[in-house]
Amino acid sequence: MAEITREEIIKPENLVYKKTDLLVDRALSYCPGCGHGTVHRMLMEVIEEMDIQSQTIGIAPVGCSVLAYEFLDIDMQQAAHGRAPALATAIKRLMPEKYVFTYQGDGDLAAIGTAETIHACNRGENIVIIFINNGIYGMTGGQMAPTTLPGMKASTCPYGRDTQIMGNPLKITELVATLPGTCYVTRHSVHTPANVRKTKRAIRKAFELSYANKGVSFVEVVSNCNSGWKMTPVQSNKWMEENMFPYYPLGDIKVPTV
Amino acid sequence: MAKVKGAIVINIERCKGCEVCIDACPESVIAMNKNVNAKGYHFAMVTNENCTGCTNCAVVCPDGVITVYRVKVPTEV
Amino acid sequence: MKELRLMKGNEAIAEAAIRAGADGYFGYPITPQSEILEYLMVQKPYETTGMVVLQAESEVAAINMVYGGASCGKKCWTSSSSPGISLKQEGISYMAGAELPALIVNVVRGGPGLGTIQPSQSDYFQATKGGGHGDYRLLVLAPASVQEMADFVPLAFELAFKYRNPAMILTDGVIGQMMEKVELQEFVPRWTQEEINKISPWATTGKTRDRERNIITSLDLDSNKQERHVLSLERKYKAMEDNEVRFEKIQCDDAEYLLVAFGSSARICQKAVDLARAKGIKVGLLRPITLFPFPKIPLYKLAHQVKGMLTVEMNLGQMVEDVRLAVNGKVKVEHFGRYGGIIPNPEEVVNILETKIIGA
Repeated sequence: MAEITREEIIKPENLVYKKTDLLVDRALSYCPGCGHGTVHRMLMEVIEEMDIQSQTIGIAPVGCSVLAYEFLDIDMQQAAHGRAPALATAIKRLMPEKYVFTYQGDGDLAAIGTAETIHACNRGENIVIIFINNGIYGMTGGQMAPTTLPGMKASTCPYGRDTQIMGNPLKITELVATLPGTCYVTRHSVHTPANVRKTKRAIRKAFELSYANKGVSFVEVVSNCNSGWKMTPVQSNKWMEENMFPYYPLGDIKVPTV
Repeated sequence: MAKVKGAIVINIERCKGCEVCIDACPESVIAMNKNVNAKGYHFAMVTNENCTGCTNCAVVCPDGVITVYRVKVPTEV
Repeated sequence: MKELRLMKGNEAIAEAAIRAGADGYFGYPITPQSEILEYLMVQKPYETTGMVVLQAESEVAAINMVYGGASCGKKCWTSSSSPGISLKQEGISYMAGAELPALIVNVVRGGPGLGTIQPSQSDYFQATKGGGHGDYRLLVLAPASVQEMADFVPLAFELAFKYRNPAMILTDGVIGQMMEKVELQEFVPRWTQEEINKISPWATTGKTRDRERNIITSLDLDSNKQERHVLSLERKYKAMEDNEVRFEKIQCDDAEYLLVAFGSSARICQKAVDLARAKGIKVGLLRPITLFPFPKIPLYKLAHQVKGMLTVEMNLGQMVEDVRLAVNGKVKVEHFGRYGGIIPNPEEVVNILETKIIGA
């Protein structure tokens, strides 16, 4: 038998993976290799699979994903810096039949929005918080973030983060896991196919738990910022494995008790 | 017995040349084209016919530019 | 028959909001307005009308909760007093930029800084000139009685939704704390989802297949688009100036002199008008009810009738600038104020009128 040709394989009936239609058909504004795009796609795949587009309201933060609403084909609100959990609180309380999520970076969630994050988590709002931690302020040009590692360079710690002067990186995910209002707190990455698939399962679980009124589901994604870290995308993923994961270990931190 | 054959289609105008797919491909199918797209990025291209349609490249692609097809091909006895 | 009650101004606002079909209140305690949240928590409207009431972790969070709720087309509101309103300015600016209807109540206390818990009108500039960053205006209503505290709640919501703009009730500790008879309006049911979809088709209520996604944002990085947006806001503010000016004229028909005052100062001036007239001085009072839009035209007309104007404000002279702009040099306009929580008395108002305006 003759070898099957490429043209014979590329037919609609043989399709096994394509970008979800819930991502708007336009180029993402993120840098090459940035994890934001992957998390956006996993999020929208979950919304598509759960068939909850009409029931979902998302909140974009200030940061690189400030324009997330340009790419996600759902109703969205853009929040002031750090305030997304406050918006989400009101939306979910006023429209309890909706799925409500925030999508926030480390500066947004763990610096300027610390109060909103902790109190929304502590009140046990039935929302999903997706937290992208790349240890840097990407959009404003690579300044030190609350999660910048000790010794790690950024434009406002050009000689590396000196914890004696600049304080320590904040493990806010471990912190919110101690609060009674969170039901599911987990940390993932999207730098390998296996990790992407795990992240997607975590997002789905988070959406399901929030709808079951179990409290806050908090999904951290440790991600890269190759522009901010001044590396190639592939190098940045390797650097992330070697430096970020020891400080921010992947895996579940808190799972719902049955 | 059947073996699995795959094929990928890359939206080269949306590819930003990050090369993450190259690392993710277990069959070393993908490489960077030395030409650039309209945005000035080198873009991913298929270099051989070893694709099994595992979807790893598409799943890990930050820009979602890869579409994957797969068929089961009966092998001759 | 309408219900009559003896109530504090703060309580009247809270009760009026429940009756106006408000969907959500988000607040944080601060004197002299904490009775609003306290009253709501006693009434538990979440068990009757379904109105959500939540004590937030800060004024910043509270105003952003209002932003989130307003973005869903819900009637949301918050209240605070001066230092807390300063904290809310971020959210207010974002709401003005994103064109969100909401009600913000400021029960003003003296400042700057922590100032005093006593009444003041020193947030006039903040309320009428924007307050936060960027080019924007709030609709600002200034009640002068407990009755108006209640009446202005549904009015503020009506105007806020008409113009897709935040509205503020600017009052002070005098009216917030004092008790008066108030006639309460009938209960208006909260809007159903169908009504919200009709009234606010822009709201984020979940994207259905029959429409494009709705996005609430104040951001546009394209300068041309941002300029168009700011110009469209300007047209809206102009429409407010054309259509929504509200004021009260008291004994102005034969007036040779004019007092201009809002809120609690206007009540003091009403007494001052009587005292002055008893002395044979023909004085009238113009009370702006909307501080933005400001009653420029009525003041300009009166400038052709009277020999001088005196504004009475519990601040260093803020509204006086708008009065001077309105009369455009036609007559002398002076200011009299008391500060730090001290309320002017009618006798001193008449004295100042005689020395600064009539005798000058």
